[in-house]
Amino acid sequence: MAEVVVRNLVKTYAASAHRATDDVSLEVADGEFVVLVGPSGCGKTTLLRMVAGLETPDSGTVHIGGRDVTGLPARQRRVSMVFQSYAIFPHMRVRQNIGFGLAMRKVDRQELERRVQRAAELLQLEDYLDRFPAQLSGGQRQRVAVARAIVVDADVLLMDEPLSNLDALLRLQFRTELKKLVRQLGTTTLYVTHDQAEAMSLGDRVAVMRDGRIAQIGTPLAVYDRPDEQFVGGFLGAPPMNFFPAQVRLRGADPQLVVGEDTWPAPAHLKAYADRSVLVGVRAENIQVTADPPAAGPGAQPGWSAAVVEVVEPTGAAVLLTVRLDTHQLKVQAPPGFPARPDDTVWLRSAPEMLRFFDPETSLALVTT
Amino acid sequence: MRRPWARAAAVQAACVAITLFMAVPMYLIALAALSSRESLNRFPLPLLPTDLSTETMSAFLRSTGVVPAFLNSLQVGLGTLVLSLLVGVPAGWALARYAFRGKEPYQLFLLLTRALPIVVLSVPLAKVFLTSGLYDTTYAVTLLHTALALPTTVLITAAVFVGVPRDQEEAAMIFGATPVQAFLRVVVPQALPGVAAAAMFAFVLSWNEVLGATILTLNQRTLPAQVLSTLSDSPLAYRFAGGLALVLPALLFIALMRRYLLNMWGATLR
Amino acid sequence: MTELADQPVLRERPDRPAPRRPARRVPTPVLLIAPSLIFMTALFVWPTVVAVGQAFTGDDGPTAAYVRRMVDDPSFWPAVRYTALLIVVLIPIQFAFALTMALLLRERPRFAGVYFYLWVVPLAISDLAAGLVWLSIFTDRGYLNSVLDHLGVAGYSWLQFDHPVTMFLAVMVAELWRATSLVLVIVVAGLQGIPKDYDEAAAVFGATYWQRLRHVLLPQLRPSLQVAVILRTILALQTFAVAQALTGRNLPLLVGETYRWYNALLNPNVAAALALVVLGVSLLAAAGYLRLLREHPEARG
Repeated sequence: MAEVVVRNLVKTYAASAHRATDDVSLEVADGEFVVLVGPSGCGKTTLLRMVAGLETPDSGTVHIGGRDVTGLPARQRRVSMVFQSYAIFPHMRVRQNIGFGLAMRKVDRQELERRVQRAAELLQLEDYLDRFPAQLSGGQRQRVAVARAIVVDADVLLMDEPLSNLDALLRLQFRTELKKLVRQLGTTTLYVTHDQAEAMSLGDRVAVMRDGRIAQIGTPLAVYDRPDEQFVGGFLGAPPMNFFPAQVRLRGADPQLVVGEDTWPAPAHLKAYADRSVLVGVRAENIQVTADPPAAGPGAQPGWSAAVVEVVEPTGAAVLLTVRLDTHQLKVQAPPGFPARPDDTVWLRSAPEMLRFFDPETSLALVTT
Repeated sequence: MRRPWARAAAVQAACVAITLFMAVPMYLIALAALSSRESLNRFPLPLLPTDLSTETMSAFLRSTGVVPAFLNSLQVGLGTLVLSLLVGVPAGWALARYAFRGKEPYQLFLLLTRALPIVVLSVPLAKVFLTSGLYDTTYAVTLLHTALALPTTVLITAAVFVGVPRDQEEAAMIFGATPVQAFLRVVVPQALPGVAAAAMFAFVLSWNEVLGATILTLNQRTLPAQVLSTLSDSPLAYRFAGGLALVLPALLFIALMRRYLLNMWGATLR
Repeated sequence: MTELADQPVLRERPDRPAPRRPARRVPTPVLLIAPSLIFMTALFVWPTVVAVGQAFTGDDGPTAAYVRRMVDDPSFWPAVRYTALLIVVLIPIQFAFALTMALLLRERPRFAGVYFYLWVVPLAISDLAAGLVWLSIFTDRGYLNSVLDHLGVAGYSWLQFDHPVTMFLAVMVAELWRATSLVLVIVVAGLQGIPKDYDEAAAVFGATYWQRLRHVLLPQLRPSLQVAVILRTILALQTFAVAQALTGRNLPLLVGETYRWYNALLNPNVAAALALVVLGVSLLAAAGYLRLLREHPEARG
């Protein structure tokens, strides 16, 4: 058990001009599960490999459990790892594969047997201990890789896209199992994935990476709900957050948003941005939608905007609508059975506290307090 | 496709015809080499093994120079095998695991050397070896054969090492192995069959090579060189027996190496 | 030498090249390839230089005498002719044969494993052995004439010196038997690299077997075929022991002539000149094919 502290890591590969990780700092508390997530090429795997000791940083430090391991080879870091390709040894039986780390550390035979057995039980591999990897299914190989990683009782468990080679159903099932397992073990875990759903569901905290930097780190809900930049909102969530530009205008003392020809009520703190454009971000599930025209004329509820339905996608638990509002395409989540067909008109609105605002120039979230 | 069985039958018939073309000559040389001298003088020759005898083979083995030549062949073959692995395996490892400037030219150089005809090497090498005292030794032939086998050894072993993912070495190091341990416990066991195939390839190349061995030796002949240089003044029976002696290792080699044939001659050539 | 970046191969994902070790004075890969480089230079480059010296310098300085002697020899031009003829006739037949074999195997007939084994055995058979094998068939009192005799047909002296056509045919059949397996393994390996999807897609869109062969399979096999053609041409140029075993030197070939000048006529200088001719033609062939390759880089797969 140990915490991981990464300070100012910089890494540039010889062949490329830009930095794979650009001055990254990160702290993972003892027993915490942190997920690094981001599109391919964002530096998440490089960061993980520098913690593992498989890459040497150009500058910066890695501490594990208070020990500076920056210059140590992987074998002396007391870390353990699950590889994307599993990297289990094809010429060894499952038993030897799982026990490899213990054998390397000269654990005595009985102890080794006992621990291999226990790990095999945890991952339901007891019946396969004497098989070769070639005789296992993909899911079983995955389990062997995980068993090999947990059997050594490492300080830190590193996982590099461990689920990406499984098919969708198995991935979902094993994700749950993995979460339970890691929780039981309580090992500090750093987990890399490009799958935002995986990141959200597994991590105590999620670090969204982009271009060699950590764009935002926080609990899954915080990062999902209050993205620091447009990129984070657009990366997390399925569907991603909707973005559209709007003008802030004051009506009396209250700020309002002008979207096309409609006006939406805006939260009070937007007053400071009067007469400027902002980028509005809103999640599909935070948009209210109705098929009945709201009563018109004086006394009508304000803030409903008409939009034209383009695509209707029932997902079972909901109906996902793609609508055109003014010139912007939005994804809207409607309740199941919502009566809409392409080219219908529907009405939308959103509670002011559900709207997020970004600077159209920098794409960063507007300071709202 | 309307009649799949007709198509299958046609394919089967063609396969059998080709197989006969490939196998019948091997049967006939074995038949000839295992016939008595007397039955070889008969005409027409019997086509079935009715009169088997070891007379022809044993006469061949007893002829002057054949047994020493056989031993020389063995010595040169094993020498070629060891030397080409010693020099070639590290280069194969470098090609498989590192990107370095000069890699492309080096590979091109390897391919180019395969385009050099053996004669071009043998004639001047004879002169070079004459002045350095290596002429007419098995070492001279070993050096030549190693040079011929080396490009292939490098390319095969590179392909073999590429087949062991770097991930696996890294996994071994994560789980406590030193780089040397990772190499010995993870890479070597997986690469061994492929490297053995490369070794066999070098041996067979040496076993079969005749021109260079003939030019570089006078007395220390290898088996093919011995057969070739006595060809014009030896009886047919001797030639048939020599033919069988040269063919037999091929059958064995291909049987052992079946799994690696495509890798060796097919894939690595690109 | 320090510019040689000591960096392992870049693999599948762009965000994850394998580790780079800190640069040392002599990079590891250089150390690893150095022995082979030195060895090959000593045994390939140096002899080539010596050969040029042998062919063009006499006792008193540069001379064209050996070249003239080579060209004036009555066997020289026949040797050139037969070598060229062998390549031009043999290689197309050989490739058609190997393709047929590979396509037959692709149909997955029963016993395909046995067939493949028997068809590739000649890979490990030397040219001398192949010559001797076919000698037992083509020689005057050999198996071919025996079979003809059983059938009541008069025999024929296939290998007699004044029957150049049958002599040439015998050498060709022996070479076809021995060397087609090399083309076969290259083609089979190439076929394995082609995903079945393309073929199936073509079939779905209504292409016949021949159309698929012509428009789908062969274009994708092109890189393999090109490599095989280069290799086979260079090897066919060196055909020697097969002819020697079958015909003595009644059918002169370039490398056989080199052997004769060196061994029987004890003239290494003319032998070196001949060897350089073989080298020149080999390099020309290789360069020609490589140029073809470069002109169609899209076909390299």
